[in-house]
Amino acid sequence: MVLPIVYLVVRAAEADASSWDLILRGRTVGLAVRSIGLVVAVTCATLAIGVPLAWLTTRTDLPLRRFWAVVVALPLVIPSYVGALALMASLGPRGMVQGWLESLFGIERLPDIGGFPGAFIALTLFTYPYVYLLVAAGIKGLDPSLEEAARSLGRTPWQTFREVTLPLLRPSIAAGGLLVALYTLHDFGAVSLMRYQAFTQAIYLQYKGAFDRTPAAILSLMLIALAVVALWAERRARGRARYYKSHSGAKRPLAPLRLGRWKWPALAFCTSVALAAFAAPVGVLVFWLVRGGGDATVVAEALTAVGGSVSASALAGGLAVLAALPVALIAARHPGRVTSFTEKLSYSGYSLPGIVVALAFVFFAANFTPALYQTLPLVVIAYVVLFLPQASEPLKASLLQVGPRIEEAGRVLGKGRARVFMSLVAPLIRRGAGTGFALVFLTAMKELPATLLLRPTGFETLATRVWTSASVGLFAQAALPALLLILVCSLPLYILARRVEVQKVEVRSD
Amino acid sequence: MTKSFGSTVAVEEFDLELRDGVLLALLGPSGCGKTTALRIMAGLERADGGDLWVGNRHVQGRGAWIAPEKRRIGMVFQDWALFPHLDVWHNVAFGLPRNERSRVNEVLTMVRLERHAEHMPHELSGGQQQRVALARALAPSPQVILLDEPFSNLDATLRAKVRAEVAELLRRAGATAIFVTHDQEEALSIADEVAVMADGRILQVGAPHEVYGAPRTREVAGMIGSGNFFAGQVDGGRVLTPLGAVPSPGLADGPVDVLVRPESLQLRRSAGGGAHVVHAEFYGHDQLVRALLTEGTTIDVRLLGPRPDLSLGTQVRVELTGPVHFFRADGAVSPLCGLHVP
Repeated sequence: MVLPIVYLVVRAAEADASSWDLILRGRTVGLAVRSIGLVVAVTCATLAIGVPLAWLTTRTDLPLRRFWAVVVALPLVIPSYVGALALMASLGPRGMVQGWLESLFGIERLPDIGGFPGAFIALTLFTYPYVYLLVAAGIKGLDPSLEEAARSLGRTPWQTFREVTLPLLRPSIAAGGLLVALYTLHDFGAVSLMRYQAFTQAIYLQYKGAFDRTPAAILSLMLIALAVVALWAERRARGRARYYKSHSGAKRPLAPLRLGRWKWPALAFCTSVALAAFAAPVGVLVFWLVRGGGDATVVAEALTAVGGSVSASALAGGLAVLAALPVALIAARHPGRVTSFTEKLSYSGYSLPGIVVALAFVFFAANFTPALYQTLPLVVIAYVVLFLPQASEPLKASLLQVGPRIEEAGRVLGKGRARVFMSLVAPLIRRGAGTGFALVFLTAMKELPATLLLRPTGFETLATRVWTSASVGLFAQAALPALLLILVCSLPLYILARRVEVQKVEVRSD
Repeated sequence: MTKSFGSTVAVEEFDLELRDGVLLALLGPSGCGKTTALRIMAGLERADGGDLWVGNRHVQGRGAWIAPEKRRIGMVFQDWALFPHLDVWHNVAFGLPRNERSRVNEVLTMVRLERHAEHMPHELSGGQQQRVALARALAPSPQVILLDEPFSNLDATLRAKVRAEVAELLRRAGATAIFVTHDQEEALSIADEVAVMADGRILQVGAPHEVYGAPRTREVAGMIGSGNFFAGQVDGGRVLTPLGAVPSPGLADGPVDVLVRPESLQLRRSAGGGAHVVHAEFYGHDQLVRALLTEGTTIDVRLLGPRPDLSLGTQVRVELTGPVHFFRADGAVSPLCGLHVP
């Protein structure tokens, strides 16, 4: 995990004057400004969508509340580049809407949606569920008597929300904002498809276009520095006060707030979000699929890509669980400074952009392990490095359910260490491993930039298929793999949602 | 008022009237609906039927509904529900209009927390958090203060001290207050009045000495204090009990339940006294001695001071020195209920 970063640093340190010259030219400042601008805009917009949705679906008498709670989380299965594809295929210069306008009014070209507006809309629509899920979980975790206390002290429901609920939700809101910020910063797919010149796209172009890869290494380190700034900002936003849940037993749920005539605007809000972020993109893809017809080569290619995606992701899932097991066992049983350090370290891999890890792997493999260069094992190893925490977190959580006291009780009751392990610990591991596998599988399916950089020649996943076709505007060809990707991702997500709360599904940039 | 959750009846036949300045304990086992009743009064729950008045304001019932924030009813929650993001001063100031915030210091002084105004709730001890919760509820001078199991989160050694303090503070503030508890000692020791509740109904309301000394039903008698219950039979103005015949003037013939409190009995060493000591628990200031009567009934007796003469197996005579209560065996109240004081 450390290796890639160290290698990037070494590589960047070797830079000669001309590379620095390239970096320090005005272009890089522009990159940083554009990346930060996009991150700030998307984060604010997702908060504006996600927080009200979370409140409406947890604390009010919104009609069909449970239905909306699920529906507004659905865009989670749509990777940002598929979202960007749908956006271009509908509102783009030669998209679906243009087609209709042409047949009606003869309009041959729409203004370009690419650049900032396209990237902003795509990322906002497909990342707000992270804010929504975290804040909804935060609201459910709040002690309801705090809000009741505020009411009994003379506050109206709205004042209670502003003065008590919202400040208490600061940690959840900050965490959701951080996830979205990192996702946006690391996103490669949507940004590239929309041709918005942000860091990730510049790194990719630099890597593809130039012989000297040192500038790409330097840009990568700058991108990591920005991620660190985002982490620091989240710490600040959490605030000074210690938030704690009080200690009493059974909690009665709060009586839902009566929306009254506000019910209609609330319903309109939920409906338009669900339409824009889920129904419309899927509809557009289906439209292009039908219009493109069942071209035999496209179908065959898509099916091959399903094989590639599933095999690479399944391998990564299995390997990640195996690699995470010792870490999780130690972390769950011996929580100490050393283990919390290793844990943080594995998280650091988590907050690394896929493109940066991929780049480091390319450098490393090309120079030291040429046998691995551009092979499937390297792709799988990169996935494992990127997604290890997603495997170790559920494992650790499930192991923590049975404390060491219970294991000791098993020993005292006359069972040997091995039997205690088999009867108490092993079933837990099985459960946690299943969750971890599904999470890694899900995110690896959606992964794009590392796959693009590291895959062997001719190896295709659904993600690369979508990207290749979409980046040259072949919407009809991109539609089938995109829909298949959404379908294949939905299955593990459905299983996960039934098993753990959906909020455990964490961010990964595409 | 009445209230059901689905098919479970939480509160029914709940009828209570509280005078100004009275501290009332709502006493009952857990799950008897007392917290639900309290939450209905605060407006945190809507009753299915019935009326609620605060002073001359019709707060709830027959179409009337006043939102909790407009009721002027203060509440101290079981877990205190202090706002973790606000310091002590701002917690207390929360319910006050901006121009009345000078009252915060006054209330904090009253609960002796003026030096902790800038502390966060989690920095305080349990007893201090309790006083902040009380100060916060008292600050807007509500017409009624409701306290939901206010002492259950304190450990046993602290509880007796804190509850006496809280009762004192409420009296000094002249507050009208209802507190919910399942601890009869708590209810009897600090309340002006006790309402005994079971299965959603109020069984009896009265001063602590009344509900203890003159329980209206066998159920109330069983819930408050310990006691010896026997099956008895009224026969011509006398009740036949294992302790002998007790006069019961005015009672019609028939089966009754007889209650004798352990402190209403005395034991005397006596060979052939009809009983012997089978068990003893020594508490220091008093002791509980269990005697087995020859006809097979055991009976608990509370005796003051050390009694080294009553070792296990000692032959004793049981003497009646205090009141005997009679309840009709089918649970009905009066006119068959009675009291005999020797």
